[in-house]
Amino acid sequence: MVAIIAENPAHTGQAAYRMLVLRRTVLIALLVAGLFLSVSVDMALGPANYSLSEVLATLFSPFAATDQLRVVIWDIRMPIALMALTVGASLSVAGAQMQTILANPLASPFTLGISAAAGFGAALALVGGVAVFPLATQFMVPINAFLMAMLAALFIHFASTMRGVAVETIVLLGIALVFTFNALLSLLEYLASEQALAAVVFWTMGSLTKATWPKVAITAAIVIVVMPLFARRAWALTALRLGEDKAASLGINVRRLRLETMMTVSLLAAIPVSFVGTIGFIGLVGPHIARMLVGEDQRFFLPASALCGALLLSATSVVSKTLIPGAMLPIGVMTALVGVPFFFVLIFTHRKKSW
Amino acid sequence: MVSIALEQLGAQYGKHKVLADVTTDVLKAGSMTAVIGPNAAGKSTLFKRIAGLISGAGLVHLSDTEKGSETICYMPQDTGANAVLTVYESILLAAKQGSGWKVHDRELREIDHILAALKIEALAFKGLGELSGGQRQLVSIAQALIRKPEVLLMDEPTSALDLFRQVEVLGFMKNLAAQSGHTVMIALHDLNHALRYCDQTIVIADGSMIASGPTHDVISEVLLRDIYRVEARIENCSKGRPMVIVDGAVV
Repeated sequence: MVAIIAENPAHTGQAAYRMLVLRRTVLIALLVAGLFLSVSVDMALGPANYSLSEVLATLFSPFAATDQLRVVIWDIRMPIALMALTVGASLSVAGAQMQTILANPLASPFTLGISAAAGFGAALALVGGVAVFPLATQFMVPINAFLMAMLAALFIHFASTMRGVAVETIVLLGIALVFTFNALLSLLEYLASEQALAAVVFWTMGSLTKATWPKVAITAAIVIVVMPLFARRAWALTALRLGEDKAASLGINVRRLRLETMMTVSLLAAIPVSFVGTIGFIGLVGPHIARMLVGEDQRFFLPASALCGALLLSATSVVSKTLIPGAMLPIGVMTALVGVPFFFVLIFTHRKKSW
Repeated sequence: MVSIALEQLGAQYGKHKVLADVTTDVLKAGSMTAVIGPNAAGKSTLFKRIAGLISGAGLVHLSDTEKGSETICYMPQDTGANAVLTVYESILLAAKQGSGWKVHDRELREIDHILAALKIEALAFKGLGELSGGQRQLVSIAQALIRKPEVLLMDEPTSALDLFRQVEVLGFMKNLAAQSGHTVMIALHDLNHALRYCDQTIVIADGSMIASGPTHDVISEVLLRDIYRVEARIENCSKGRPMVIVDGAVV
């Protein structure tokens, strides 16, 4: 380095930084452990309750378990438990990156209208049998939801690239989209038959009971493909939080990074919503909890966001099964009820600035 | 060591021209150049254009033709006060752009050196959001230095600093240029700082270059009246240094 800064300071910063990294790694390991526990408990609960040890034994040596236990755990409960995990992770990572590229703490798939668009798309199929994509009509509901969600995400993206549109404006546009799609949804509900109305209402409440292994595989595949893409850009995405000019001055092509991230995030947000319906809270709060725990260095923030989202939705799934014995309440209704008190505790006990 | 010269440099956003015809002599390695002018004159635009962040006409000549714009570091005014990052992380971040996840001890030692040189070790593990405006500017300087640029473009780095810190930072930058051969261009509002620390001065107003040359020749009473619209005198102080004394606004 330059002569003027060639003094030899005690490298206290270096040691303190290594400690900081260690603390964050431990926190992430704790989140992994918590998630494993939550998913296991989720699989133990249901009309027939099993002990945690029975569930773990069936997980690790399925052919040693009874046929009934194996079928219940592997074929019925595991897709639901893993769907909670993958959907929670997807929505939370989508929210985290939306907040990062739009520099706005309110950005999430729900607040930017992507979930509302998906809800409208699903309702089009359920009420009118209208397929946005005419082929594959047996998957009309998820495909409609996905296409409408992508459309909303693209609208948000292209609006954000227009000159003179500030990032605050993007969130306002998102809120306008929420109102627009909710109004259209209400109109469809008003026109719908009683049976179709019930289906739409149930869909918009969000439910993991629609989970199947192929849906779990698709959602997990998206997360597995997308995470390394974000990980490769970890330093650049973190630098975006220093401001657009600063990021550009560090050699980052801000416009391109935003475009690529928004397109990827659209997939992450649209696919889970198209499978399980509207789940609003996770994409907004998961990233905030991760931020409070590990800061915004994406090397930690990214896995922590995925884990926080997965843990939140998995824990909500547990609560939704235990609140009224024998009944599984819609997960979309429960996420906020479970997450908000926890979020309040974090906000009021966390003394450091977290946005 | 890299010298720089500007030839008919212009900048535009879309079809809208915001800067035109900035031409300078060679700004030598080891020198410090002030870029002065009223608010919204085009100083930041000039820096962005030199750093290649916006397009436009003209050429930026570097004495070492093998080196590209990566040897130029622009330090903007905004400093990311909302980011949930520590000062240490934000400097590391500047160093790591374009490289892998692994953080080497060598990189951390360099951060420690820079923090010590700027006397901000105490801020190392404070959050960016906890810093004052002046402290954030010092962190910004550290972010620029960690990238080891040879041409440093600093956009009003002292605007939020108290008087002691202003003198300290400008003295540091002057020494950095003189001892390490950096070419420093610095946007300033305080003309006395320009007179004291800068070898050359470029004057920008309304997106055009008004004057360029040795600081003592460029900053004149005429310039102050025509460009800054103030009545002012330039007189030597008791230590023999020229100083701008403002009498009032031009009526």
